[in-house]
Amino acid sequence: MAAKDSSTERVVIDVRDLTRRFGDFTAVDSISFSVKRGEILGFLGANGAGKTTAIRMLTGLLEPSSGDATVAGFDVYRQREAIKKNIGYMSQKFSLYEDLTVFENIRFYGGVYGLTRATIKSKSDELLERLGLQHARDHRISGLPLGWRQKLAFSVALLHEPEIVFLDEPTGGVDPVTRRQFWDLIYETAANGVTVFATTHYMDEAEYCDRVSIMVDGRIEAYGTPNALKNQFEVSSMDDVFIRLARSTSQSS
Amino acid sequence: MGSFRGFIVKEFHHIFRDYRTLVILFGMPVIQLILFGYAIRNEVSDIQVGFLDPVRDELTMDLKTRIDASSYFISKGDYDTLDDIERAFQDGTIREAVVFEPDFSHKLRHDGSASLSVIADGTNPNIANTMNAYTLVIVRDFQRDLLADDTPAPAERGIVIDSRMRFNPELKSIFLFVPGLIALILMLVSALMTSITITREKELGTMEILLVSPLKPIQIIVGKVLPYFLLSFINVSTILVLARLVFHIPIRGSVLLLLAECLLFILCALSLGILISAKSKTQQTATMISLSGLLLPTIILSGFIFPIDSMPKILQVISHIVPAKWFLIIIRGIMLKGVGFEYFWKETLILAFMTAVLMTASIRSFKIRLD
Repeated sequence: MAAKDSSTERVVIDVRDLTRRFGDFTAVDSISFSVKRGEILGFLGANGAGKTTAIRMLTGLLEPSSGDATVAGFDVYRQREAIKKNIGYMSQKFSLYEDLTVFENIRFYGGVYGLTRATIKSKSDELLERLGLQHARDHRISGLPLGWRQKLAFSVALLHEPEIVFLDEPTGGVDPVTRRQFWDLIYETAANGVTVFATTHYMDEAEYCDRVSIMVDGRIEAYGTPNALKNQFEVSSMDDVFIRLARSTSQSS
Repeated sequence: MGSFRGFIVKEFHHIFRDYRTLVILFGMPVIQLILFGYAIRNEVSDIQVGFLDPVRDELTMDLKTRIDASSYFISKGDYDTLDDIERAFQDGTIREAVVFEPDFSHKLRHDGSASLSVIADGTNPNIANTMNAYTLVIVRDFQRDLLADDTPAPAERGIVIDSRMRFNPELKSIFLFVPGLIALILMLVSALMTSITITREKELGTMEILLVSPLKPIQIIVGKVLPYFLLSFINVSTILVLARLVFHIPIRGSVLLLLAECLLFILCALSLGILISAKSKTQQTATMISLSGLLLPTIILSGFIFPIDSMPKILQVISHIVPAKWFLIIIRGIMLKGVGFEYFWKETLILAFMTAVLMTASIRSFKIRLD
């Protein structure tokens, strides 16, 4: 990715020493990072490394044990409701209601975020046109191909114009062509000033990100642009960076 | 052959590693056997019986003692007037009354015949019949012993028993089933459907989206539950109208009070549904828990069909935590006995308390899932 002139841009996610313990177990161990407006952050880590717990804290679902963090300028302890209003979220399940039509889903989620009927109407027209889904407006989700569902779920997550969108493994179970198209959609969104926070297990996708964070055992072991990380670990691909990290920790433990 | 054996082994691994299946596999037969073996008995024991005995001499004392001494009955003592008996029936102190005619002993001694009224609570027709039969046997024994030292009694002599039924004179079993059916259907629609609909959102992943949205957890819960609340209420109304029009079941008490109590029970069932959904990850589990944990007790331990009084002590104790048990006492009171709130305010209070506890627990466990 071309380096952005980041000095003029605002920090939208700022995390300092954020920690979450469950009993004796420290799921997230004093992580710190910041993400600027319009950046794409690839949030990587093996399963169980603490990614989900970190996301749950940043999306206002879980209270941190200690540390500080602001999301869209709001505090994760005291302003969880405000955070929820200013973020979008899409999970790997592309969670739409299968027994509702495309438009009914848009209307429902629009309503959840407090959009007016008129706004929902105009936004859904615009959204369907952009995705080329006008013909499917009144079709049930259950009949849609996975790739369309994925794009639709992403667009629905952006319906209320959030500052940040959290994508939890947004390309799981999707074919490579569709994955590539989906990343085009992500670039477009980021170019419009929306910050994208994405988890993924695909290392080729990590290369597409502005910045990458790799969590291991609750800590962020690597953080930087894909190129910087590859230089730091003296390898040629993100895949190797990841394996290098995983190996070093499995030897140390 | 080896691969086949491997297959069998794998299947056993599935079974033994899933403790829920294991519980259902081995727990259900045991629970069902105990329930069906002990709870489902139409013979009765310890029926509370009251007497109206204007005579109170050794003859009537003898008969009363015999009734009290049998394992089927427990004497609640003498009542002074028929009104007192009626009140005791209404508040459930007694379920049978034996009324002696004023000169019972005199007539029996001199004419060799006297009459006796046996009044039974007919809200449960099966039990009423059984109570009646048991009373009859005791009276016959009493009469045989009495006349044994006399000359053999001519056929027309002896005690004439006049059996009557309170609340349900024709012993229609539909009277028994309608209140129970209301409880059952409300449990089914409210608890089962609620637990399924919430777990479905979990399975689909839409629950995650809802939780991340600005909706408050309480809004999500109420939003999920409200439609079922309305549907359940429509259900109750339909059953009541049908019962009235098709089966001619009376609603002797206040309809408004009846509906209010039904609303309370619906709330209780909905809370149970939310609680179940908070504890289960899949629709399947929710269904299983609802069916085995709610429907079975509602049918068997509520007094719907089988009398709680004649169950073993331990089942009687367990029946106290079955909401339907209290609900049934209440709606039978309103529909069949026609009594007012003063007769079942305690049951209502218990039900309200249960609902409050369940609701708090369900909302709390829903929130815990958030953290």
